[in-house]
Amino acid sequence: MAKVLMKGNEAIAEASIRAGGLYYFGYPITPQNEVAEYLSRRMPEVGGTFLQVESEVAVSNMLYGAAGAGVRCWTTSSSPGISLMMEALSYIAAAELPCVIVNIMRTGPGLGGILPSQGDYRQAVKGGGHGDYRSIVYAPASLQEAVELMPLAFDRADRYRTPVLVLGDGMIGQMMEPVEFREHEFPPLPPKDWATDGCKGRKPNVVNSLYLDPVKEEELNRKLVAKYEEIARKEMKSDEYGTDKPYRVLLVAYGTTARICRTAIARLAEEGIGVALFRPITLFPFPAARLKELSRPAEFLLSVEMSTGQMVEDIELAVRCRKPVHFYGRQGGLVPTPEEVVDEVKRLLAGAKGGAA
Amino acid sequence: MQAEVVFAGFGGQGVMLAGKLLAETGMVLGKEVVWLPSYGPEMRGGTANCTVIVGDEPIASPIVRNPRDVAVMNRPSLDKFCPLMRPVGVAVVNKSLITVDPDRDDITVVNVPANQIAIEAGTGRAANMVMLGAYVGATDIVPFEALVEQVKHQFVKKAKLIPVNVKCLEEGYRLGQKKRA
Amino acid sequence: MKTIFKRPEALADFPTHYCPGCTHGITHRLIAEALDELGLRERAVGIAPVGCSVLAFNYFNFDFQQAAHGRAPALATGIKRGRPDLIAFAYQGDGDLASIGMAEIIHAANRGEKFTVIFINNAIYGMTGGQMAPTTMPGQVTTTSPFGRNVEDVGYPFRMCELLASLRTPAFIERVAVHRPKYIVKARKAIVKAFRYQAENRCFGFVECLSTCPTNWGMTPHKALDWLEENMLPYYPLRNFKDPETDENPEPAQGGGDAS
Repeated sequence: MAKVLMKGNEAIAEASIRAGGLYYFGYPITPQNEVAEYLSRRMPEVGGTFLQVESEVAVSNMLYGAAGAGVRCWTTSSSPGISLMMEALSYIAAAELPCVIVNIMRTGPGLGGILPSQGDYRQAVKGGGHGDYRSIVYAPASLQEAVELMPLAFDRADRYRTPVLVLGDGMIGQMMEPVEFREHEFPPLPPKDWATDGCKGRKPNVVNSLYLDPVKEEELNRKLVAKYEEIARKEMKSDEYGTDKPYRVLLVAYGTTARICRTAIARLAEEGIGVALFRPITLFPFPAARLKELSRPAEFLLSVEMSTGQMVEDIELAVRCRKPVHFYGRQGGLVPTPEEVVDEVKRLLAGAKGGAA
Repeated sequence: MQAEVVFAGFGGQGVMLAGKLLAETGMVLGKEVVWLPSYGPEMRGGTANCTVIVGDEPIASPIVRNPRDVAVMNRPSLDKFCPLMRPVGVAVVNKSLITVDPDRDDITVVNVPANQIAIEAGTGRAANMVMLGAYVGATDIVPFEALVEQVKHQFVKKAKLIPVNVKCLEEGYRLGQKKRA
Repeated sequence: MKTIFKRPEALADFPTHYCPGCTHGITHRLIAEALDELGLRERAVGIAPVGCSVLAFNYFNFDFQQAAHGRAPALATGIKRGRPDLIAFAYQGDGDLASIGMAEIIHAANRGEKFTVIFINNAIYGMTGGQMAPTTMPGQVTTTSPFGRNVEDVGYPFRMCELLASLRTPAFIERVAVHRPKYIVKARKAIVKAFRYQAENRCFGFVECLSTCPTNWGMTPHKALDWLEENMLPYYPLRNFKDPETDENPEPAQGGGDAS
């Protein structure tokens, strides 16, 4: 299939339809409105369901209902809307239901602004809702990667019966790049024999997250932990740039920030400064083992984010604090420029020479 | 090679579409492209801009602080973006609405009375096509014929708009080429 | 030997945790009888709320989902939009539906979602121990209105049927009571009707069941039945508010914008 130039939000919408995500519930919020606008026209063409509803609270609970009935459902929103979904997300994780939630992040806290941000890293990666649960979190850095990750997200949601989050920033939602929709093949999925789709010929199914018996509740918690451990073993994804050449500094960044780092690395290379990039594609599970390996030759690591440094603690954990981990970020919708990253690397290198890490 | 151009103007002047058509033309030719808009309240009648990057290699940062080129359709856009340009870049300036000149001697300025040309061609709304044509004329960033094809494709459902838009592209292109020569 | 009474197939053989004299059991049975009568058990998905009936999934013999507090209509929307062939119903109490879930119920009703809501109004929060509900009667003493519900302070109780009936879309709305056999017969008819309309893919159905809570009302079961009759019936009139079969002209079109 030929490439088409699409806005990120529309590309995500189309990729999801092609992945069989035919049930979409949503509520308007900038900067991801193009998803719903696109789907409101497109879903009728493909026999899918598009519904604009009263709130993100309702959206996420509709996902619970629809996922519980066994259909592939999903939504998109942006930071404040995602916060409203945290209640249902916890229930969805506990009831082991599959669904995909895309967060085109905007700035915060509070109502924040509508410009790009990566301020929801912790909310996505550490849980977000109440209780002991995790979600698989994918972070695309380009629109092509976003359209590749959507089918994977749906597959993994079904395979592990877990919510999957896709974290993009406002730029991923708003920019246009050429995308190509390829066919994706996955191994067969287990049947959804747990779904509440009518009890004809079988015992009733119950989709539930209530466990008044502490022993049963602990069993659920342990079952979930075992699932997250399996996900951590099998599902880590990362990318790297410049690690095939000698490097003194390892940048760590995800999403569009990682692209900014690549430009910075090219500029620094022109000046003879070897810098490499590690880009987590899954933020949970965090690809710690590979990062640890790559950190060895580096004098220090630098996390570049559109937040106040939410990923730093995961990087420090990954390298077991054996290397200094610095942070450079912009907030409020200001995007770090390659020039800023170049300057920060040089500043830190100069400081390191002086003996201070 | 990588070129970045910011198309900027008032909301409604069609700068987003001009940028998109350039990006699409690049894509059809097999180049790497990115189109990044300003968005939000900025879009509602205020100033609007988009950055288009066209290159031979995969594009790293979609954010460009110092674009090589600009195409500015109003005064606030000229004031905002011309100072950011890299030396030797091309600035296409809509002289119908901008009375001043960029305060730089290290760039190539292409003066285009875009609104006037568009009105003479049949509709003032196609001033963005004059700007786009002039930009391609001055830079040859994509072959002009490919651009014309893309514009025809864009208006395929409103075919009666094709002649006036192509006419505006051609007028702009001619002015851009003249500057090159 | 002739069987004159048996457990409906749609009701599970499982002892409930409800208090003595609680009317949940009656309403559960009416739902089960309705689904059996209409042959819908194998397509049914119930939704349990947060409240005393949070464990309802144990008491019925068909598929169930358990919802977050107030969100049952959103779950039901997801189920029906995903699988329109299923028969979904939300079973919700007054705190669940008329307080925390007010937005969800109104919007589901207004969209005309093709599911059924069984609304249990017993004028109090039962599971959490007798706090004031949005439907608690004026002057009624609860653990959070120890001097009686002061309408000057917290307003009058919501009449949910009347509220929903003010919307144009929802087509079947009825208030019934389950505290006396003569009312239960009517309640059964209303519940059957609501499920039948859903099975016919006709309309959103809402049946409010005035119910008792002897434990939290602090009364004997018998006294509670009388209290409902004396205090709730005058404020919550029992009647059909909307029925697509009897409403000849459900509501005239307003203005000229929707002449189609």
